[in-house]
Amino acid sequence: MSASAGPSGGAGPSGGAGPSGGAGPSGVRARVLVRPKEGILDPQGQAVERALPALGFTGVSGVRVGRLIELEIADPAVLPEICERLLANPLIEDYEIEPANPVAPTQPA
Amino acid sequence: MPSSPPEAPVPPAPSGQAPVPPAPSGQAPTPPAPSGEAPTPPAPAIAFRHRALGLTDAEHALIVEKLGREPNEVELAMFSLMWSEHCAYKHSKLLLRTLPTEGERVVMGPGENAGAVDVGDGLVVAFKVESHNHPSAVEPFQGAATGVGGILRDVFAIGARPIAVLDSLRFGEPESARSRYLLEQAVAGIGHYGNSIGVPTVGGEIYFEAPYERNCLVNAMCLGIAPRERLIRSAASGPGNVLVLLGAATGRDGIGGASVLASAQLDEGDQAAKRPSVQIGDPFEEKKLLECCLELLDAELLVALQDLGAAGLTSSAAEMASKGGLGIDVDVARVPLREADMEPFEIMVSESQERMLCVVAPKRLPDVLARCARWDVRASAIGEITDCGRLRVLQADKVVGDVPVVALVDECPLYELAPERPTERLYPVPRQAASMDSALAPDAAPRDTLLALLAAPNIASRRAVFEQYDSIVQSRTIRRPAIADAAVLQLAPDGGSGALAVAIDCNGRRVACDPYRGTIETVLECAANLACVGAEPLGLTNCLNFGNPEKPHIAWQLTESVRGLGDACRALGIAVVGGNVSLYNEADEGPIYPTPVVGLVGLLPDRLRAGGLGFAQAGDAIALVGPFAPRLAGSELAKLRGEPLPDELGHADVEAIARVQRSVGDAMRRGSLSSAHDIAEGGFAVALAECCLAGGIGASVRIPGRVEDPIASLFGEGPGGFIVSGPIEALRARELGAVVIGTVGSTRLELTFERAETSLECNLEIAELAAAHTGTLEAILG
Amino acid sequence: MRLGVVRFPGSCDDGDALRAAAIVGDAEVLWHGDRDLRGVDGVIVPGGFSYGDYLRVGAIARFAPIMGEVERFARDGGLVLGICNGFQVLCEAGLLPGALLPNEGLRFVCRQVELDVVETSTAFTCDCPAGERLSIPVKHTTGRYFAPEAQLDELEARGGVLLRYAPGHNPNGAARSIAGVCNEAGNVFGLMPHPEHAVDPLTGSTDGLCLFASMRKVAGAVLAA
Repeated sequence: MSASAGPSGGAGPSGGAGPSGGAGPSGVRARVLVRPKEGILDPQGQAVERALPALGFTGVSGVRVGRLIELEIADPAVLPEICERLLANPLIEDYEIEPANPVAPTQPA
Repeated sequence: MPSSPPEAPVPPAPSGQAPVPPAPSGQAPTPPAPSGEAPTPPAPAIAFRHRALGLTDAEHALIVEKLGREPNEVELAMFSLMWSEHCAYKHSKLLLRTLPTEGERVVMGPGENAGAVDVGDGLVVAFKVESHNHPSAVEPFQGAATGVGGILRDVFAIGARPIAVLDSLRFGEPESARSRYLLEQAVAGIGHYGNSIGVPTVGGEIYFEAPYERNCLVNAMCLGIAPRERLIRSAASGPGNVLVLLGAATGRDGIGGASVLASAQLDEGDQAAKRPSVQIGDPFEEKKLLECCLELLDAELLVALQDLGAAGLTSSAAEMASKGGLGIDVDVARVPLREADMEPFEIMVSESQERMLCVVAPKRLPDVLARCARWDVRASAIGEITDCGRLRVLQADKVVGDVPVVALVDECPLYELAPERPTERLYPVPRQAASMDSALAPDAAPRDTLLALLAAPNIASRRAVFEQYDSIVQSRTIRRPAIADAAVLQLAPDGGSGALAVAIDCNGRRVACDPYRGTIETVLECAANLACVGAEPLGLTNCLNFGNPEKPHIAWQLTESVRGLGDACRALGIAVVGGNVSLYNEADEGPIYPTPVVGLVGLLPDRLRAGGLGFAQAGDAIALVGPFAPRLAGSELAKLRGEPLPDELGHADVEAIARVQRSVGDAMRRGSLSSAHDIAEGGFAVALAECCLAGGIGASVRIPGRVEDPIASLFGEGPGGFIVSGPIEALRARELGAVVIGTVGSTRLELTFERAETSLECNLEIAELAAAHTGTLEAILG
Repeated sequence: MRLGVVRFPGSCDDGDALRAAAIVGDAEVLWHGDRDLRGVDGVIVPGGFSYGDYLRVGAIARFAPIMGEVERFARDGGLVLGICNGFQVLCEAGLLPGALLPNEGLRFVCRQVELDVVETSTAFTCDCPAGERLSIPVKHTTGRYFAPEAQLDELEARGGVLLRYAPGHNPNGAARSIAGVCNEAGNVFGLMPHPEHAVDPLTGSTDGLCLFASMRKVAGAVLAA
């Protein structure tokens, strides 16, 4: 009866864009950090940096605002490809895959 | 507005402010009758848990009487929400029944999700304004965003495609960092939702006044359009029909929102404590839901449709059942959840956004589900229509709640207010505007006063705000913000030949001075805005934002205001087709200014003749129209000077002003005028400057005759005045009753008096006016 | 000539694009989940917030089934116009160089801007008056055109910049005031301003019509050939 994807926009429109399905018992949890490439103007980071002194926090510089993506994946070997193709735009963003931990076996499917 | 016909018994409630209103017919709050068995045993007796949910002891006793037993947790949660001010209008319904709601154009009046009026060409326009004040005070971005999301659902719930949003915002003075933060976030939230869903935000208003410091107001209005035959009502019908929940999964968002957030005063420490129950908006989900629902309606697959707003499933299911005179079974085990461990009562009252409820005939169900799948919209059959008149909450095969629909929807006690005119000043004297006192002093040169007023937060250019809104998507907007006194939307994309005009207004400070006349002024101002673009008013919606009505002086404000609203509407021949109340807007420092926000929709037969406010043509004559009798008391200038609010406003001859509005509207429709602008905040001189700024052209104006108080004539306020421009023959036409006072042209505004000292003259470059008018909101937004 | 307008979930200006396209030819909707361009002579990827613009503007839409067909169509020389979100999608899909970043001011901006037509010899601008400015609205949060300096040099050298914001009109801090770029073959064009909102004098301007008329001229010539 459920017709669909969740509020996040779901798995994307293509269906078959890549390996799908939840992480099985052998899967791992991973974090991908995406941030603006060095040298690219980051107005969000600048806005944060400008706001901090007003709150009494001085001496903060080099603020960059990016995003954190958490996921569970059966085959972590394809993560770089997922990053290159979807999670980050290599023209403007760098990504970093954080050391992955095995998913707890009690995790519901 | 009352969400149901006047059927509910009105218990004697001699004192609206009494903490424990009496139960009807003198019923004593006795323990429950032993008969009748709860579907599940009452929750462990927590003494007075109903009080924590906002119900009085008497209301609780009445619930026990209706059920014949103690309500269990699910039932109590449902009653506490359905019997809250937000859902039951228990302190306002009796007053609201005095408003005129009939009109030949009215297709749907109060009681449906939105009001609707006929605009010809087989089209109807639906519209409604609703508050999201308390959620916005707690979390302004999401509060404002979900306010827009909610009002959009109200409109497409009756089958109308949302075509425009307007908003009415109130904050404390911009010197306050909190006010600036609230403004910035609320504007961003409105933009985020409206822009992302593809509905233009075409107008609105913002005022900064100290009494809103602790209780900001965020009211959103939506207009929708539909072919007349697509309109759908929310009444369930056909026992055996399936109840289908569409859209987002249900989480713990906004639990307790309606009763705790919307019907209790905000106190210290609330901001942090109430954050977890804030609803998060997802405009993408709603965009799919909107398109999907309209497709389902076009395919005639739905029996009824209702949005989920305050009180979530409880309210939607109960309202549907009530209007159809039927019952509904809801199985909470079949509701898709975002958090697996939710209790039945949480599922029933969750205010998770982007959900709709519809009734479908069983044979149509596969088609409905298939279309939802195509739109990537979740759809779940969660119950069915019954003929037993009860709302039964099931959890798989267990009954966890069972209440008569009529008790839930129609039998909340209604309270008579106990109004008392205050004998003391309710509001502190406005603080003098420090930065500009020399320019505002009574002996200041008018040119300096004019520049200071143009830069005042309540008058300065709104560009920095409205540029954050998509005002043009859907290709209907033929008068964008700041171009005309009302937004104008052509109906060409819908196959119509004319255009709609819409405006939203309220000057709360003037209503605070005089709730009756101030509210009349509000309606007149809104109608004047429509007249200036050449539109005839079709219908009115409103949102009554007030303090705690259980206090006699607030009850007086509310009573006087609604009386003014009714009188003004009757005089102008405008039907009230819907509305909303937001009460208890007060904090320790006191109540907000009474703020009866009025939204008015009008029709222009010829879209090519929509008016604008800017002077358009060098050589055009300029004229003053209307019985304009400006006074400084209660004006923007008086506020900035730090003068106390007067005890009353000047009398307005509503009939005369209505005639003038009709003649200005007629002249615009005939094509006789190049521009029209009504005189509002800042008075005549500010209005004149606005005409120059909008047109990018100057004017030379001479005020004729003897003027008793030149400063009041320049900056005083009051209803009924218009500045129009056009060919001189047209302005001299007798039916317009205009006084020609000047000529359009040059790059300067020159303002002189026929009989007054030359020191009172203004002579300013348009660029100087523009420099003063721009920058204030930009600075506030940072 | 028949133009197809892609409809993603979250598209907002699809209806406006259809109406604009209908002024110069026939117009129809292309559903995101279909793998069929229905034989149209040109494709418009419209504005809006496809897939909520979640993750990154245009990032999810580019994988929609219809986009595979649009990419094939573009490779075969078909005319593809991306407006605002459509421009973002085409950049993400690699059909156009560069990327769109958040506006310098960080806020959404809806404003009428003036544009200089840089090239009038292309499939999308051949009907635009040379040397004249176009008044067309922008409305976006993520419209700051970006490409590495070397790529910008190369882009300008090959005449790939078709529209620039006139001096004083750059609403988002776009590199070199770039408002619209085309691919090397000249058959794919993306721009942040909304020409479909500049086709009716009542709603503000008709200056956007020349872009659609250019497409008709070129597609019509192909049809006639």
